[in-house]
Amino acid sequence: MAKGYLVDTTKCIGCRGCVVACKNWNQLPAEPTGFKGTYQTVADFSGNTFTYIGFNEYEENGQLKWYFTKRQCMHCLDPACMKVCPQKAISIVDGAVVRDYGKCAGCQYCASACPFHVPRYNTKINKETKCSMCAERVAEGMLPACVKACVTGALQFGERDELLAIAKERVNALKAEYPNARVYGENDAGGTSVLYVLADVPSKYGLPENPQVSALTTAWQKYVKPYGPWLIALTAAGSILSFFSTRLLKVGQRAHEEESLHG
Amino acid sequence: MTNHWVDLRNTDCALIIGSNAAENHPMAFKWLTEAREKRGAKIISVDPRFTRTSARADIYAPMRSGTDVAFIGGLINYVIQNNLYFHDYVVNYTNAAYIIDDGYEFKDGLFSGYDPEQRKYDQKTWAYKTDPADPDKKPLKDPTLQNPRCVFQLLKKHFERYDVDTVCKITGTPKDVYLKVAETFAATGKPDKSGTICYAMGTCQHSNASQNIRAYSILQLLLGNMGIPGGGINALRGESNVQGSTDMGLLSHLLTAYLNAPTNDAAYKDLAGYIKKETPKWGFKTNTPKWIISMLKAWYGDAATKENDYCYQYLPKRDAKRNFTHIGLFEAMYEGKIKGVLIFGANPVVGGPNANKEAKALENLDWMVAVDLWETETSTFWSREAGADPSKIKTEVFFLPACSSYEKQGTVSNSGRWIQFRWKAVDPLGESRSDLEILYELGKRIKEAYAGSTDPKDKPLLDMTWDYPEEEEKLLDEVQREINGYDLTTKKLLPKFADLKDDGTTSCGVWIYCGMYTEEGNKTQKRDNKDTTGIGQYPNWAFAWPVNRRIIYNRCSADLSGNPWSEAKKVIWWDPTKGDPAKGEKGKWVGLDVPDFIATVAPSDPDGSKPFIMHPDGVGGLFAKMADGPFPEHYEPWESPVQNILSSIQFDPAAKIWQSPMNEQGTPDKYPIIGTTYRVVEHWQAGAMTRNLPWLAELMPNVFVEMSEELAKEKGIQNGDIVTVESARGKVTAVACVTKRFKPFNINGKIVHEIGILWHYGYKGVAVGDPANRLTPHIGDANSNTPEYKAWLCDVYKGVK
Repeated sequence: MAKGYLVDTTKCIGCRGCVVACKNWNQLPAEPTGFKGTYQTVADFSGNTFTYIGFNEYEENGQLKWYFTKRQCMHCLDPACMKVCPQKAISIVDGAVVRDYGKCAGCQYCASACPFHVPRYNTKINKETKCSMCAERVAEGMLPACVKACVTGALQFGERDELLAIAKERVNALKAEYPNARVYGENDAGGTSVLYVLADVPSKYGLPENPQVSALTTAWQKYVKPYGPWLIALTAAGSILSFFSTRLLKVGQRAHEEESLHG
Repeated sequence: MTNHWVDLRNTDCALIIGSNAAENHPMAFKWLTEAREKRGAKIISVDPRFTRTSARADIYAPMRSGTDVAFIGGLINYVIQNNLYFHDYVVNYTNAAYIIDDGYEFKDGLFSGYDPEQRKYDQKTWAYKTDPADPDKKPLKDPTLQNPRCVFQLLKKHFERYDVDTVCKITGTPKDVYLKVAETFAATGKPDKSGTICYAMGTCQHSNASQNIRAYSILQLLLGNMGIPGGGINALRGESNVQGSTDMGLLSHLLTAYLNAPTNDAAYKDLAGYIKKETPKWGFKTNTPKWIISMLKAWYGDAATKENDYCYQYLPKRDAKRNFTHIGLFEAMYEGKIKGVLIFGANPVVGGPNANKEAKALENLDWMVAVDLWETETSTFWSREAGADPSKIKTEVFFLPACSSYEKQGTVSNSGRWIQFRWKAVDPLGESRSDLEILYELGKRIKEAYAGSTDPKDKPLLDMTWDYPEEEEKLLDEVQREINGYDLTTKKLLPKFADLKDDGTTSCGVWIYCGMYTEEGNKTQKRDNKDTTGIGQYPNWAFAWPVNRRIIYNRCSADLSGNPWSEAKKVIWWDPTKGDPAKGEKGKWVGLDVPDFIATVAPSDPDGSKPFIMHPDGVGGLFAKMADGPFPEHYEPWESPVQNILSSIQFDPAAKIWQSPMNEQGTPDKYPIIGTTYRVVEHWQAGAMTRNLPWLAELMPNVFVEMSEELAKEKGIQNGDIVTVESARGKVTAVACVTKRFKPFNINGKIVHEIGILWHYGYKGVAVGDPANRLTPHIGDANSNTPEYKAWLCDVYKGVK
């Protein structure tokens, strides 16, 4: 049994209370934005944005649809980011994919591996950052900040198994009116702790239809990562070597140039 | 709200019109979402554009701004024509059966008694017909509802003209969608179903706004939706304590608790005159003398005696011919007739209609005191930042820093009339003080300034009770006690307003609040979140006025014999076993709420089935006297691109027009597009607070104007372009939001475009932009003078000119 979120998009009103609550709890600064013709003023994740709401509007057979999608780290059951992290900075704690910023070297491998393109680089601390499922709040028996702030019940937090059952029941109820309704995250990307109730196909919510962990990541996991620490050490050694060699070369070159000038 | 927020969960259908609840009252969707999930409730969103509310609705019906009466009038007609009304409820609990005076008529958009010179109605003929031989002048009735002069038949005839085709030609709603709305909402006319109407500023800010709400009342009475769980007419108030401020007598024509303020009319010359004029012959309002005298005792204490009419003469007698509403005051300021103004937490340079004119009006003051958290567009109206020239402005401006709501304690009264105490979270910053402390200090110093005066005109100030404790906590506590009221003989707090007296032995600041703070304690601080009723009344959470009643008019939930109309929608019922025979009681009203009825009056008693005890007739008014007619009638807004197709009367014949400089009327040849204003969830009120919060500024950084793809194409505008919106009053720049969610309207065969712009921006704060109210006019609703913010004419073009 492990914890998870349920995002019921059919109950979300797109108020973004969750977004502000996240910034507030994590003390993440606001970033400059501008209204560019969509309510989705925060377009994507960033080093200072762990969650945002996607706004997508459609018109089908004269019917308008406006889908609000809360996006955050999906907290995969078998996280690609964890597989590729050479520092073993990423672990799963009660369903939450969390990172130890003390160990993170800022290599950004996790960002490339993530099938949902979630982790982003924070230039202030020089680390990859993302939602931690408010692990520190949950450890104290509290709800994640975003869930606490949700007024409509679109966000729920609890045991993933139980949430999955709720999600399936909800989808069954929606099917009559929304034939494309489905649970997202049950098996997608190998299963995620963040589950969605969708009334339509995932792509219309800005979610990947078929999230895949790239073959490269798998290869990395199989062949490269076992030697990861060695590689890091080697890379570091290489860097040091390269630093000295370039410096020395440059110094040598400069000396040569100076000679030419005086010559 | 006749009901309350939590009660929304009991509804079977929510008609959200004139409101974007998901945006402006997100908490409403906590309960509506529950209603939808647990009881399959339907949500209908009626709005000029597809909103965040529409996204969560089962039916979205587009409606051109300013056509609410037509939209609802069509539903009234649909319900009557298809016999979908709740027959027994209508016959017994409304004035449907009452016969109307022979002189009453309605012809081509006008009711009988209209005086075009005065733009006013003589309402003499809008009365019940009586038998001349009857000394009691009891209204004649026809319970069969067949008499052509009974209210029901007149109502039917009046709204017959609102057939679906005509309505859709006015509102621009597609006919199939309109019929779906009609069918869905009319289904709540069954005894075991309830439908709620949720409305807000989109209803209120029109030249015929009060009639919009009258139309809702008629529809809800026809469907038997008043007084039951999940029913009612629910005003989602625009600010957390708007309900509280109107309860406290904020409006220019009211004293506290909706007692009318006297005017200079001869009828109000003394207390006896006031009481005669304001006290009906029947109903709960026969207690008016107790309420007014107890209020005067609260205000003037020992100085108020029977001999001096309890200081009634100290009350200002408002000039009935002058206008003291928001627009009226700013027009008077513009004309230089007002010397000074105190502005508490208001920002008219952003939020006032015709904001250019209102900013200009402030320049004509000698002084202005602004009380706010920090400088707003209004407190700096004189600055270069505002585009003004300070060297040419004589107004002396004082700024008093006020605490935010988190830095002070006190109560707020929510839309559901729950008076809830809030405790202070943090101490105030710097020299900021609570509004109450500021007012207390002001009162104290004014009294000091006039101390010892023998001039009779200073007596009201000298006799006003102002002996409050200095310390904030005690000051607030005493004010709350004074609002609740005392038995002046025992000095004990009164338990309920039924204990108020008209002999000067009780005091009560706001009679409807009596019972909120008794000898048992301050009930606004109650926080028991156990629901003992099963329908979410939470009777031990805070205190709801009146007498902790959660659903007003709940006598309507029971039939003529006192049994609930249905088990599903029961609130109170008559229990013959509960009365005290020693007191001659036949039984008692009991149930899930405080009965909105005299608890021991049996259904079989003469007035035992008159559920609307605040009305002089005891029944709901399908026909009721309003400034612009006893029935709602559709008229076009002051500025409209089309002709009224229902009558030759284009504009509400009693609406208030200010023909004055800087208030030009735009014409459709120059300004062919309908403009409306609204807010987004990320900002609050005029935005002074939220535009200064970086996290909210990040989410909604700029003022934008929403328009259809069709209009954008016509105007060569791309999504995200900077555009100018211009009306006859002014222009603003904004970012274009070109969206499928706004569609052009087909109005009687003509394509009409509408745009919507956010109104809550200004030049102060992190998120800045032009105030859209530079575009809106000084035109007031016929009954309340509320400005017509929501429908006016404009043009829009790319770029800044």
